[in-house]
Amino acid sequence: MTYYVTRRVALALVVVAGVVILTFVIADVVPGDPAVSWAGPHASAAQLARARQHLGLDRPLLVRIGAYFGGIVIGNWGTSVHTHRPVLSDIGTAAPATLELVIAALILAVLVGVPLGLVCARWPGRWADHVIRVGSVLGVSMPIFWLALILQLVFAQRLRLLPVAGQYDPNLVFTHPLAGRTQMAVVDALVSGNWPVLTSSLEHLTLPAVVVAAYPAGVIARMTRAQVLDTVGEAHVQMVRALGFPERSVFGAFAMKLAWNPIAAVLALVFAYSLVNTFLVESIFDWPGLGSYAAAAVSTLDTPAIVGVTLFVAIAYVAANLVVDLVQAALDPRIRLR
Amino acid sequence: MRRLLASSPLITAGGAVALLIVLVALAAPLLAPFPADAGSATHPVSALQAPSLHHLFGTDQVGRDVFSRVLYGARVSPLVALLVLVIACVVGIPLGVAAGYFGGVVDEGIMRVTDIFLAFPSLLLSLAFAAVLPPSLTSLTIAIAITWWPWYTRLIRGQAASVAGRPYVESCRALGIPAWRILLRHVLPNSVTPLIVQVSLDVGGVILTASALSFLGLGAQDPTPDWGLMVAEGQNYFTTQWWLVTYPGLAILVTALAFNLLGDGLRDVLDPRRVIIR
Amino acid sequence: MKLEIRGLEVSFSGHAVATVGELDVDAGEIVGLAGESGSGKSMTILAVLGLAGTAGATVTGSVRLDGQELIGMSGARLRAVRGRRVAAIFQSPSLAFNPVYRVGRIVHRTLRLHGLSAAEAGQRADAALRSVLLAPDLLRRYPSQLSGGQLQRVAIALALALRAEVLLADEPTSALDVTVQAEVLELLRELRDERGMAILFVSHDLAVIAELCDRVAIMRAGQVVETGPVAQVTTAPRHDYTRELLAAVPRLEVRP
Repeated sequence: MTYYVTRRVALALVVVAGVVILTFVIADVVPGDPAVSWAGPHASAAQLARARQHLGLDRPLLVRIGAYFGGIVIGNWGTSVHTHRPVLSDIGTAAPATLELVIAALILAVLVGVPLGLVCARWPGRWADHVIRVGSVLGVSMPIFWLALILQLVFAQRLRLLPVAGQYDPNLVFTHPLAGRTQMAVVDALVSGNWPVLTSSLEHLTLPAVVVAAYPAGVIARMTRAQVLDTVGEAHVQMVRALGFPERSVFGAFAMKLAWNPIAAVLALVFAYSLVNTFLVESIFDWPGLGSYAAAAVSTLDTPAIVGVTLFVAIAYVAANLVVDLVQAALDPRIRLR
Repeated sequence: MRRLLASSPLITAGGAVALLIVLVALAAPLLAPFPADAGSATHPVSALQAPSLHHLFGTDQVGRDVFSRVLYGARVSPLVALLVLVIACVVGIPLGVAAGYFGGVVDEGIMRVTDIFLAFPSLLLSLAFAAVLPPSLTSLTIAIAITWWPWYTRLIRGQAASVAGRPYVESCRALGIPAWRILLRHVLPNSVTPLIVQVSLDVGGVILTASALSFLGLGAQDPTPDWGLMVAEGQNYFTTQWWLVTYPGLAILVTALAFNLLGDGLRDVLDPRRVIIR
Repeated sequence: MKLEIRGLEVSFSGHAVATVGELDVDAGEIVGLAGESGSGKSMTILAVLGLAGTAGATVTGSVRLDGQELIGMSGARLRAVRGRRVAAIFQSPSLAFNPVYRVGRIVHRTLRLHGLSAAEAGQRADAALRSVLLAPDLLRRYPSQLSGGQLQRVAIALALALRAEVLLADEPTSALDVTVQAEVLELLRELRDERGMAILFVSHDLAVIAELCDRVAIMRAGQVVETGPVAQVTTAPRHDYTRELLAAVPRLEVRP
């Protein structure tokens, strides 16, 4: 088992390294001078030269890549050309909010997608099946940023049911200041018993989470339907029926148990997709996460920051894959026993 | 062919709409009431007008007719999709064929590189690459194309490898028939079906990716009538001038939906086993 | 009479795949249902269990258990009969058990489903396993960790634990080695003699049927063509098809 895990981790590291190198290479090919961003638009030639030297831009590409990798290991992810702060600490500040949103969206997607997929598999070909199938294709065809704007307009501005933007009511910062370790509003509020902030942050989380959940819910519903339908034809399902189990157990307990595995596999992929979708959505909902940070980095040609964010997302994806692998092994004894 | 259409309402619906969109794209100059608005024309005087008979979708913040721009937009996104997929096929297929057919070191080398790309969803990689390139439609196409070709390599490699192992290919080789002829006559025909399914499913994906990147400002620039860009431009006025965002976004949705339905239908009919989820 | 089948017809879209005019299975006897693959034997079993509908078939006719009509019985009442009074074992035991559940969990859940308390379920399961000569701790294993023969015995043990009165066996030994086959057949004989079970044994292997069963019905292309005591049917067959089947059974001949 440990051999299996180590091998996966090693492979993952190679992949991450590859992505970073690729990003570096492409950034290097680009015309445009980060030194200008660093030193400011009114810098003199001498200041620019010094900035270039400071940023290490005068060294050859391979040396820079090597230095970067060396730096990663000791926790030096470079310095943001835009904010002049260490990239790692910038990411540390912005990441939790994004993770909070992605995790909320994924939970929502599973809670909605799995039952819907089950309904389709239980009564295939009926109207519920068709409606849900069209719904899931709709979910994966949806431009997320557009959905965000539309829902924001309808629910927040016109109907006034939900808040427009932000992580939680800014006034609460004064009346009920949030003390927290994780920087995730919901978690911190829950842990410290700060109920006003908890309700406010849940309210604020709803709309963005629903938007980000649209795509994964569609994928999960389709996956569940396909997997359960696949299983239902097999001998062990017939046996369980012959033992007298009602249909809802046959589908819900026995067929479903086999479906969790491939669903878990899809979750990792969907996690990365949702992470990127979250970037799109954050600016619309004023969500203080990585998306806003990345957007600023892009507009200022902040290569260290861009590479840093890419690295972070790559690591998050790889970690998610690893978690999924372990969960799969726990769910399906056949993997463990191999 | 008729049986193909009749067997699935998905194919018919999706295919019909997709065809419509292509026709609109081709006929845009004829259909659009204000073709110049899709270019650099601006009419600040008639800015931000609500939809009316004169301007079906209203006007935007510099007075351009939204309806015309949306129609012309049908040329932009699908063109990007076309280019990306052509590049992906031109690069990915030969590599896949080489990897699958020749095996060994060639296979290992190509697949290692491919694996790096395959490990991540295309949207993420495209975003990273587009972020470090100067924003333009060309950069957008390149950024997406770089991340898209590996999927075709893997698809074709599987086909090539399975064909390469078959006895009749062995006998072909023994008879001295050159590799390229074997590839042409045996490997490619087998690969056509899954390729068609994958391409039709991918069009929707590329369009969504391209519009997302344009929305972020990494792709098309003003005054190109790109749907994603239009949504981005209309954001600030959204609360009161809802038409700026609604119609372009709807266009993206309908286009992606049409091609996804088409792809789904084709897959159900042609190749139910193969599902590559991005 | 434990199980009475009269005028049973299983059809798909109007096309009949299995017709059983008359077939009885009494307590304490093993009745064989013989015929080639595709002759409709398995559909008959599904029909008795009331599961033919899940394959898309329609069933008409009568199946009585102790005089109680099963065809058309309501879902809830039929589920109480299934497993509890009429048990079934299938052809590929390694495919018949859900691969991600421990074997004991399925046994336990089934016993609980049919009304036993947790403690009773545990006791009965252990006892049943011992009577089929398996160690009770095998229940902790996954199906992939048990052999085909062991799994089939677990299936039989489950029927025992449930105190089923009728056992429907659909080619239970076809996927097993000959030596393991013999053990399972011996088990079935014990069920008949010591528990008085009524057993319907479906198989394409006439030799096995001749060895095990008391009476036999020959099925051909969905129709029962001949029934009678095994000794009679095998030595003095009345129908041509039966004669053909018998002739096809390979015999060991000792060369002089």
